[in-house]
Amino acid sequence: MSLDVLTFLFVGGSFALYIGIAIWARAGSTKEFYVAGGGVPPIANGMATAADWMSAASFISLAGLVSFIGRDGSAYLMGWTGGYVLLALLLAPYLRKFGKFTVPDFIGDRYYSQTARVIAVACTIVISFTYVAGQMRGVGIVFSRYLHVDINTGVIIGMAIVFFYAVLGGMKGITYTQVAQYCVLILAFTVPALFLSAQVTGHILPQIGLGATLDSGMSVLATLDQLSVDLGFSQYTSGKKSTIDIFCLTVALMCGTAGLPHVIVRFFTVPRVKDARISAGYALIFIALLYTAIPGVAGFGRVNLIQTLNGADGSGASYEALKTEAKWFQQWENTGLIGWNDRNGDGKVQYAAGDAFNGAKGKPAFLEDRGEYGQRLATNAKDDAEFDANKQPFANEVYVDRDIMVLANPDIAQLPNWVIALVAAGAVAAALSTAAGLLLVISTAISHDLMKKTINPNISDKQELLYARLAAIVAICIAGYFGINPPGFVAQVVALAFGLACASVFPAIIMGIFWTRHNSQGAIAGMLVGLVSTMCYMYYFAFGSGTPDQYFLGISPGGFGTVGAVLHIIVGFVVSSMTAAPPKEIQEIVADLRIPRGATEAHDH
Amino acid sequence: MSISNEQAQAYWRENLRIIMTHLAIWFVVSYGCAILFVEQLNEIPFFGFPLGFWFGQQGSIFVFVILIWTYVFSMNKLDEKYDVHE
Repeated sequence: MSLDVLTFLFVGGSFALYIGIAIWARAGSTKEFYVAGGGVPPIANGMATAADWMSAASFISLAGLVSFIGRDGSAYLMGWTGGYVLLALLLAPYLRKFGKFTVPDFIGDRYYSQTARVIAVACTIVISFTYVAGQMRGVGIVFSRYLHVDINTGVIIGMAIVFFYAVLGGMKGITYTQVAQYCVLILAFTVPALFLSAQVTGHILPQIGLGATLDSGMSVLATLDQLSVDLGFSQYTSGKKSTIDIFCLTVALMCGTAGLPHVIVRFFTVPRVKDARISAGYALIFIALLYTAIPGVAGFGRVNLIQTLNGADGSGASYEALKTEAKWFQQWENTGLIGWNDRNGDGKVQYAAGDAFNGAKGKPAFLEDRGEYGQRLATNAKDDAEFDANKQPFANEVYVDRDIMVLANPDIAQLPNWVIALVAAGAVAAALSTAAGLLLVISTAISHDLMKKTINPNISDKQELLYARLAAIVAICIAGYFGINPPGFVAQVVALAFGLACASVFPAIIMGIFWTRHNSQGAIAGMLVGLVSTMCYMYYFAFGSGTPDQYFLGISPGGFGTVGAVLHIIVGFVVSSMTAAPPKEIQEIVADLRIPRGATEAHDH
Repeated sequence: MSISNEQAQAYWRENLRIIMTHLAIWFVVSYGCAILFVEQLNEIPFFGFPLGFWFGQQGSIFVFVILIWTYVFSMNKLDEKYDVHE
């Protein structure tokens, strides 16, 4: 069967499955809509959490990122898994015992303050929206590459599917769909990873294969180091970023992970405190299955990419030959994620360090016209062929978008068509599951935390459910808008989401649990300081006039959430100590949430 | 609450101790092995990996999984000991 038919079958079949589950698991009450009735078994909750967490970024982008930055990618691998240790040890069991629906619920009640609640709502909405925009974009990329529809049509199809099961099923529908989506996405990631590892190293497990020795007698990593250095890149196994920067980035990603509202809310859905801890354990196992395969996929992909583009003898592969032998090259060129600029005019593709185009990060700005070999021409192609002959054998002529690595890997390795179709279905599953979880958090923040708890406490359960569904519809439309008109700064915006979660939500929750004396003044001051300092720093360097040599202690904006969190804790501590202790009943609530027994179902009042 | 104040405090102290031991290991494998001392550890070969690199890309993740599960088991035992389990 052709790839197109297979892709339609795999993606269409998975859609039918999700819709079927959504109809089976409709939500009838706010409790079912917000926390799936509070009765999800831990293993199912673990899978749902894993699918919720592993977004298009984990599935599509992370292996590509590691593939291109080598060891510095460890910050992301550790940051996005180590956060679960914090979640399991410091947050999940206590928040479950607290027994409400949302993060703003906890912050508003623990700090007995509507101001604190509203700040938490604002953080939740900003964090979730920045995240969801990237997911819709991921769906669009997959559709445009494999189903030959326009990226925008892809986004709209994705919106329609999420609309269907998020609005209808609420948390209940989402949870069981996410279980199915986890199965699809983990299969879709592991199958090609096993194939790749077996093909490159002879070991079936990529976790072991990455340490294997190749026929040449060199290990995979040594080969990668050698190839990288020969082409003028830095060594794969050594880092480029400073130690303090990597340190802060890892802290920000870990604490950010533990502070993301859509992840935290998953732990409200289980019956007991014990189950909250166990769910975190299952979730991390399911996440680790994919994350430990990523370095292998990244490494093998890098070797394959370099060897395909530079040909067997390392002097470059002819573009004409790539058109038939490596069709993916031109297919991705057509979607605009690969570009070739024949700088030395020899008709061969050469890949090395440096930029081939003058755009930001070497991105080409394509014209409609084609060149003499049928390649796409760009307005900003570099017209010289200068390079440092001491470092590399030729000038770089290729732009490869990092995001295509996982999707293109099976193509590059010439795996069977059904594997490629499976990867497409998996990427869509990863993007949709995360998008749905985020949309639910946004709609809950609006209907529950704003409407019910802040503006009009007298609305009935039915009305609240209606507001929740309306809010979900509006949120989907806004998310779709950002998917179609993506802000050109997605990476910075995602860093902002983690930075905000790390500097505002995470310390506020931790201090609320572990420091009984913390009061509303301290919490509000702390959250504002964390929030404002992080936002200003990121804004100044991402959109303002900041340059990297002005970084505070050499910390890049992505890692600044760590500094924000430290400021939050210091200011919170000082302000709290200078003002009155919290009321007695609040201190009793804190004492109570530390003891597991007596956890009631997640409730409203 | 079915348990006395002193017991609740004793339970909380033991809980904090369990958390601190786990977080200490968590810190050592990730921030210690993979970031602060990565260059030194990279001198040591480990099944085809430089050891520091392995901790950053694989080892720490395995340790994280183990940590959560030992935490789950220690806490279940602690809950029973103080009779606060559900």
